[in-house]
Amino acid sequence: MARVAVVGVGYSGFNASSPDLSWKEITYEAAVRAYEDAGINPRRDVDAVVTCAEDFWEGFAIFDEFVPDQLGGVLKPTFTVTADFLFGVANGVMLIKSGLAEIAVVEAHSKASDILTFGNVVRFAYDPIWLRPVGNGHPFYLAALEKSYYSNLRGYCDYTFAEVVAKNKKNGRLNPDAPYSADITADDVLSSEPSFYPLRKLEIAERADGAIVFVLARGDIAKELNPEPVWIDGVGWWSETSNYDTMSFTALYARKSAEMAYEMAGIDNPARQIDLAEVDDRFAYKEVQHIEALKLAKAGEVDDLLESGYFDRSGEIPVNVSGGSLSVGNLLEATGAQKALEVVLQLRGEAGRRQVDAEVGVAQVWRYLPTATGAVTVFSR
Amino acid sequence: MGRSDAGWNGNSSLKQEVIVMAVGKKNISAPPYVEGHELELEDFENKTITYVEDYPDIRYQFTAGQAISRFLRGLKEGKILATKCSKCRRVMVPPRTFCELCFKPADEWVEVKDTGTVETFSISYIDPDAKPLDEPEIVAVISIDGASPKMGILHKLGEVEPDRVYIGMKVKAVWKPESEREGMITDIKYWKPLEVE
Ligand SMILES: [Zn+2]
Repeated sequence: MARVAVVGVGYSGFNASSPDLSWKEITYEAAVRAYEDAGINPRRDVDAVVTCAEDFWEGFAIFDEFVPDQLGGVLKPTFTVTADFLFGVANGVMLIKSGLAEIAVVEAHSKASDILTFGNVVRFAYDPIWLRPVGNGHPFYLAALEKSYYSNLRGYCDYTFAEVVAKNKKNGRLNPDAPYSADITADDVLSSEPSFYPLRKLEIAERADGAIVFVLARGDIAKELNPEPVWIDGVGWWSETSNYDTMSFTALYARKSAEMAYEMAGIDNPARQIDLAEVDDRFAYKEVQHIEALKLAKAGEVDDLLESGYFDRSGEIPVNVSGGSLSVGNLLEATGAQKALEVVLQLRGEAGRRQVDAEVGVAQVWRYLPTATGAVTVFSR
Repeated sequence: MGRSDAGWNGNSSLKQEVIVMAVGKKNISAPPYVEGHELELEDFENKTITYVEDYPDIRYQFTAGQAISRFLRGLKEGKILATKCSKCRRVMVPPRTFCELCFKPADEWVEVKDTGTVETFSISYIDPDAKPLDEPEIVAVISIDGASPKMGILHKLGEVEPDRVYIGMKVKAVWKPESEREGMITDIKYWKPLEVE
């Protein structure tokens, strides 16, 4: 079956807010850059357009009707995946492998700064009968509950999660598009306010605006466009359940989606074969869960490895060299896109001052609160 | 919900057996706790049948962006502004920073007229909650003079009886007084027939 490659990437952002541009305009910017990067004319060359968006983030019902214009997709097959960008990539791969498209475009964006009541949107995702009516707390309490359970289960102390924050915020200092990067220490994190005990403010990714567009192509076409494209070797996605009482709270969704993607990519020893990982760190403990789930470390051993620098940009397996969502910001459904973008730029050798040496990279995302759903993509050069 | 006439086997000597309900066109087995009888008012009154009411308290502040911000500022000044595509030469209302057909930037601005032609219209008698409106509202798509054919806006018609409206009717914008304009599409109150002298 045909291989699929990334032949063009473009992005706009990432900013804490973008009051000067509409979401259509930031998306257009990202799309123009992606088509320029791929060397294609979207009106002539693109066969299908996939957008990843969630109506309540956007503030539109039936958001898919707004998709075509800013992506050059007018009068073309388009659809919207109500999930993160990495689910869109999986759909793009299916479009191409099935023969329905030779060139497919995947897009996601965040205009989080347009949402005035972010906590209420998250709360609106909670079950209306047995979760929403309980209490007046900000819905992040669900993350705090999970962190509490998980750290207790593994025996991780708070210092471990504070180290994740310090590592990622420092990594972000080398990324010109990481508005929340900072030169801080684990002790600074530990002394920040606990907004939702045991979750501190600095352990939670702030929101950001931006748009990301990928151009995917069938292998033979990809090689015509670029002799050395970045390959998509595996995709995986998985859901546990919507019931918080039967969720694993150990990111089983990430473990299973990684297994699906690894099998497709022929990876049987991830800790040895993967050079670079960008994982969902929108709450610091999530990065630790996801490192375990991706089999980059054994359960319960992440704390020692973190402390030894194993996941640093100069370590054995650099994790979130982009600075992660803790530096770049929570890009809503474009979160996985930022992670995939970083992997692609790193594999191409185009990551500037934050460049590390890598041949195989993995991007992983979680579908945010209150879900136990996620996706994984494996890339190589 | 069990329906007594549709599959409930009703044989009291078989009480221990699994109740059979009709779902779609198939008889499927239902667990024993399903009580099969017709829905009655008291099921709701006694809350045998329950529901929970909730509504979202969700607010947004939609960034208008480069093109629409300038368009809205124009409305405040009583002007309708458009952008022009340098490739296909379309004059686009509402304006956009790019032509979606050519996928090229469109950064040339032109002012178009506040007159136009009714392309299609509808007379609404009820509100979104299906309650009768005091006065019927006439909604129309109006192509604007000076813009490319079929480009224009959706707005209301006024100062005209519903039965006098027709496709192809020439209309003109009726603006709010300058002091009341706030840079909104409603700075135009409505469009009225353009009397031909
Ligand atoms: Zn054009």
